Amino acid sequence: MTTFTRVPHEIERWLETSDQLLSRRGFLKGSGLLVVSAGAAALTGPFAVDVGAQTAGRYPDPDFRQLDSWIVIHQNNTATFFVGKTDCGQGTGTAFRQMMSDELDIAYDKTTCVMGSTDVTVDQGGSGGSDAIQTDGWPMRRVAAEARRVLLDMASAKFAVPVAELAVSDALVTVKSDPTKKVTYGELIGGKRFNVTLTGNNVDATTGTAKVKGVQDLRIVGQSPQRYDIPAKVDGSLKWAVDVKLPGMVHARNVKPPVAGATLVGVDESSVRSLPGFIKIVSKGNYVAVVCEREEQAIAAAKQLKVQWQKPAASPFPTSDDLYAYMRSATPTSKQGPTVKGDPDAALAGAATVVEAEYDMPFQGHTAFAPAHALADPSNGQMTVYSNDMKSYGMRNGIAQFLGMPRDQVRVVWMEGPQGYGRTAADDAGFEAAYLAREIGRPVRVQWMRHEETAWDTKGPAFTFKLRGGLDAQGRLVALDYNAQAADYCHVGYNEADTVLIAQLMGRRRATPAAGSAGTPSDMYEIPNKRTGSQVVSLPLVWETPIRTGNLRDPNGPQITFAAESFIDELAAAAKVDPIEFRMRLLTAATTDDSGFKRARSIAVVKAAAEAYGWDSRPSPKKIESGTILTGRGIAYSYRNQTVVAEIAEVEVNRRTGHVWVKRLVCAHDCGLVINPEALRRTIECGMLHSLSRALHEEVRFDGEKPTGVDWITHPSLRHTDTPATIDVVLVNGDPNPKRPDLPHYGAGETICKPLIAAVANAIFDATGVRLRRVPFRDARVLEALKTARV
Amino acid sequence: MSRITLKVNGAPHTVDVEPLTPLLYVLRNDLGLQGPRFGCGLGQCGACAVIINGVATRSCVTPCANVRGEVVTLEGLASNGVLHPVQQAWIDEQVPQCGFCQNGQIIAAKVLLDKNPNPTEAQIREGMASTLCRCMTYYRVQLAIKRAARTIASLPSRSGEVAKAGRAGKAGWR
Repeated sequence: MTTFTRVPHEIERWLETSDQLLSRRGFLKGSGLLVVSAGAAALTGPFAVDVGAQTAGRYPDPDFRQLDSWIVIHQNNTATFFVGKTDCGQGTGTAFRQMMSDELDIAYDKTTCVMGSTDVTVDQGGSGGSDAIQTDGWPMRRVAAEARRVLLDMASAKFAVPVAELAVSDALVTVKSDPTKKVTYGELIGGKRFNVTLTGNNVDATTGTAKVKGVQDLRIVGQSPQRYDIPAKVDGSLKWAVDVKLPGMVHARNVKPPVAGATLVGVDESSVRSLPGFIKIVSKGNYVAVVCEREEQAIAAAKQLKVQWQKPAASPFPTSDDLYAYMRSATPTSKQGPTVKGDPDAALAGAATVVEAEYDMPFQGHTAFAPAHALADPSNGQMTVYSNDMKSYGMRNGIAQFLGMPRDQVRVVWMEGPQGYGRTAADDAGFEAAYLAREIGRPVRVQWMRHEETAWDTKGPAFTFKLRGGLDAQGRLVALDYNAQAADYCHVGYNEADTVLIAQLMGRRRATPAAGSAGTPSDMYEIPNKRTGSQVVSLPLVWETPIRTGNLRDPNGPQITFAAESFIDELAAAAKVDPIEFRMRLLTAATTDDSGFKRARSIAVVKAAAEAYGWDSRPSPKKIESGTILTGRGIAYSYRNQTVVAEIAEVEVNRRTGHVWVKRLVCAHDCGLVINPEALRRTIECGMLHSLSRALHEEVRFDGEKPTGVDWITHPSLRHTDTPATIDVVLVNGDPNPKRPDLPHYGAGETICKPLIAAVANAIFDATGVRLRRVPFRDARVLEALKTARV
Repeated sequence: MSRITLKVNGAPHTVDVEPLTPLLYVLRNDLGLQGPRFGCGLGQCGACAVIINGVATRSCVTPCANVRGEVVTLEGLASNGVLHPVQQAWIDEQVPQCGFCQNGQIIAAKVLLDKNPNPTEAQIREGMASTLCRCMTYYRVQLAIKRAARTIASLPSRSGEVAKAGRAGKAGWR
């Protein structure tokens, strides 16, 4: 019992409720280490979150080297898994339960999963990078396998037979030679500690001595249990982060600078002092917030507050119409590469045909469905933040640093919220709530308004591209020259105390802004002569700007793949070769593969997509039709880490209005071992439609001093009327040895977002012969392009 | 401040608020309901939708003093522990991603099917057009609406008055 202080209080509480543990409870109480939070709700649901009066703390880090930090077996022969991840809406908690139940040998429906609260679960970093299954799934599987090993050892001792003579199924251990001898996991250890120390230099490497099962022995992985979180989201019973109420809590709203880079001159408190419920204006640097008793009072007060701002001397950025010209003429703040293979200049000089093209991608926002929000409780000298932050552990560290508090006096309780996709990895509201709670001395709930969120959320960076390609006389691609330029200087990181917006507005900025990045295409094409290079440029205003870049679902991937896969299509058209045939030639030209067989799997997904679609092999564009509606199809392909996808879009283009309807989508997707096929299909459908929204609608528009899109009318998004009639998803296992027992599970989500925009552009070209090289493909832009080309 | 009485999900509640307070904040902060949520505060997205007199209503732009008739929220759709067919279809079809918008999707779909129990694809798309989702669950929402329509059609009462008439064991969906 030397390590119990490192097992979370929450787990202590689970154990403490066990009737068999009276003596141990007494010991813990005697030692002063057992903390029962007054008024704290029991974990009533499968994933209920402890929302109650704050405990006295402290909140030490759960020790990932203790098996008890990960798994609790209850006396009723059920299990709870504690994992340090969060779910952004893809149902990863269900997948974790499947993987861990399988390794533990317990029925899925006898398990629950607790996720992502910093004092309860080990720090697996929260979510991001589609790494939950790919990276964090492994320690989860290993610790569950270790728990199974320990339980079998206990049964072995109990029955005095070797482990090899035991069978285990559904948390019941039996002696093979005498099935009357049986014991459940609950009987073996229910409500007690494992007290097993694990090894591993970091949380990702956590392991016991047990080995994980081979794929053929997995029974729950590969099935599609329904997501456990959905019923409560459908009947209204789920308590979201926006729903938390605490005694004495108050409401705050921010007042943001009306113009980017404005300086606060003065706040006229008399303009709101007499409003009902008014408590206080909190102002520091250029950060201003109003705190009131009730939510609608804070909204009204923030609207009415008179604030005097001084406009910046220089324009903070060009207009969005001038953005690409500005970017192309700007001096880069950093360069990456170039990486050169062969002699691209000589190959281009000797090419029979040279194709050149430039592409533009605008800034695109998260525009989360609900604005940023958090509730912070400063009582008892601690700070508890109730938040949907996808990287709750980073937020805890950032807030501790921001407030100058010891880490173990700060905790973040993760709860469900509107989609993350990177926005909540740089989650301003949690910092603001914590700051205001300390200023006010009461629990403070902050929520941004729609206009703030749409204007001031983090943006995916704008890009300009220039590509050149050379074809020989036989139409073979002999040279490719790729250059990308991203407006990504001062890229906001993960919950950093010196880059979150409140810190910027208060003037607490890091000395050197993050360099940002542009990046190069992700494909397995074999091209003999190739140059790839990129650079980053800055907008004039670096700090305190609403045009601030952060990670947006597969950061940079949709932009880069739009350009790269559009250009491959342009080359195929120049060679008068079918777009799939052209890509297959590039994929099959190589003879070697990487350790994950990505080339073989790329070929498999392109073939699978073509087959699922019923692709007719011919060059693009097709002969332009005579009617109002022009139809066409386009493909694009890419990978992220080891997950490969090919997507096909079928479009209808209205030549009179310029309206594009993507009538059908096909995705062939290979992420290795699939944990939950039905949940994956839905993630793929939605991921493609998210990118479709970016393809057709989304662009951050701004004049010379502020964003002009501030709501769903001025900043449109995909709607029901845009939905394809058909979406076909093919889950591919393109591994050369598809039944190998060690088939890995790769991250599934973000790769989906990469090729879709290019697939749509390529389909529009196929239908109309018009190449759209600037996103989004709004009606007016398409119509203008059609008119220019006299289509 | 003034005392305002609202009938919500079958029960009367009296609150003491400014009459112009949007209904949303009363439902959430005074009555403790979690179905309707803030998305835009502008009536553009549907996150805050409730049903008043059979009409899908954006509670974020509805002053509580203007409410005439009973308010039904997401929590009020089920009856006697039985989910409304629309809600059940949402589970069967595994519609949500994050789920934050689904209050609006479900309320809009329920009202759509109340008015038109057998909508065409075009009627579904148009009828749902002003209810937004940023996880882009639209495709599954539309499949779930068709599934719910089939369920409702298979029930003994086919008049579209299922909500009022109910049936044995599944009485009283709102």
